[in-house]
Amino acid sequence: MSGPIRLKVQVAAERCQGHNRCYSIAPELFEIDDYGNARAKGDGVVPPELEEKARLAVKNCPEHAVRLSQKT
Amino acid sequence: MSARRPVSDWATDWDHTDPTWIENPFPIWDDLRKRCPIAHSERFEDGAHFPSRYADVREISYDTEHFSSRRVIVREKKFHPVMPSPPITSDPPEHRPARMPLLPAFNPKAIEKLTPDTRALCNRLIDGFLAKGKCDAATDYAQHIPTRVIARMLGMDEEDGDRYRRWIKMALEEGIHDNDKVMQSLKEMTIYFSEELKKRGTQSGDDLISFMRNQRIDGQPLPPDKLIGTLRLLLIAGIDTTWSAIGASLWHLATHDEDRRRLAADPSLMDTAVEEFLRAYAPVTMAREVIKDVTINGCPMKPGSMVLLSFPAANRDPEMFPDADKVRIDRAENRHAAFGLGIHRCVGSNLARMELRVALEEWLKRIPEFRLEPSARVTWSEGTVRGPRQLPVVFA
Repeated sequence: MSGPIRLKVQVAAERCQGHNRCYSIAPELFEIDDYGNARAKGDGVVPPELEEKARLAVKNCPEHAVRLSQKT
Repeated sequence: MSARRPVSDWATDWDHTDPTWIENPFPIWDDLRKRCPIAHSERFEDGAHFPSRYADVREISYDTEHFSSRRVIVREKKFHPVMPSPPITSDPPEHRPARMPLLPAFNPKAIEKLTPDTRALCNRLIDGFLAKGKCDAATDYAQHIPTRVIARMLGMDEEDGDRYRRWIKMALEEGIHDNDKVMQSLKEMTIYFSEELKKRGTQSGDDLISFMRNQRIDGQPLPPDKLIGTLRLLLIAGIDTTWSAIGASLWHLATHDEDRRRLAADPSLMDTAVEEFLRAYAPVTMAREVIKDVTINGCPMKPGSMVLLSFPAANRDPEMFPDADKVRIDRAENRHAAFGLGIHRCVGSNLARMELRVALEEWLKRIPEFRLEPSARVTWSEGTVRGPRQLPVVFA
């Protein structure tokens, strides 16, 4: 039997323009470099209690740079 | 300002400096989105297009092949030659090297450091008028926040902020119709910064001018004219914009009792409220110049013609935002474009958000009940940046 489905966040670096909305909504899941560009923290796996925040980070990115996928 | 000819039809003769547009542009945009999503006007040299749909604004923002940023303001008469203020007026490949050095000064950590001083500034301003029971929220409060914050960031005297405001009015408002005003404003700013650089000599401090002077591109410092161009841009881009966002948000709260009371009672709504004010009252409209023949949403565009790139209109498109014409301070999904889209995303967006948030928080803590002064008139700026310029309010 497989475990529960976990979600994973990713930031498409070529799309990110540094609006920092993801970081503002979910600082637990994203980090920002000196130039304001975002990336997922660590391996990007989303703990269940942060799934809603992860979804909001996706839905608030003006550049459609934040993606949520099922961890394989 | 000279009297303008009345608009005959917004689809073929739009004018973003017309009093009707200035006062309340939203019905015009709603109408155009339905019947002519890319409107046209010959009022501006070589003609200008006005896309009102989010999708078209987005497509143009991303298309640096056909659209140049060398002119970012739609004017009656074009400037020849263009006047660069890198990076806002830069196209690829010059854009990235001009922009990169600025970014670290505006990242979340850098802006977080400015928050306590901004909070204190807001409270000093409120101290100045609280006992009177009324104020002009635009000129006694909102206006002073970005001017003084940027003066401090630059390492200049906070009081110099008043001079900045005059230059910006000349460049952004009066300058749409009168290029001499723009020249005068740019000249005065250039003298101001040249004198400052001379005065400083080789001295360096913990401020934005020092930071910019210490930047190296391929091992070389910024040449003085580029440095001054960028400093001018910081003033022009950082003041009227945020002033307008703070003022428009306070105008909304003064005229919407339910939202005001809800937000004052529940500060946890501030995150979504700030984003919603930015969406619904996005202050900044940019422009592009067409540089290659292109067709957008069926509309052919010729090189030389201008495009009014209205992020405020995009933000009101019901195809993109449910209830786009309603302000919902708890709107959780809000992919608004108030700070632009693509490579020209506003460099100061973190700063602007911090100032707007702090300005509203401190105001609501001390003035939770206020409304427009019944007999007074609210006036709105014209042109590239939209916000209230007179906003008389009384406190309960």
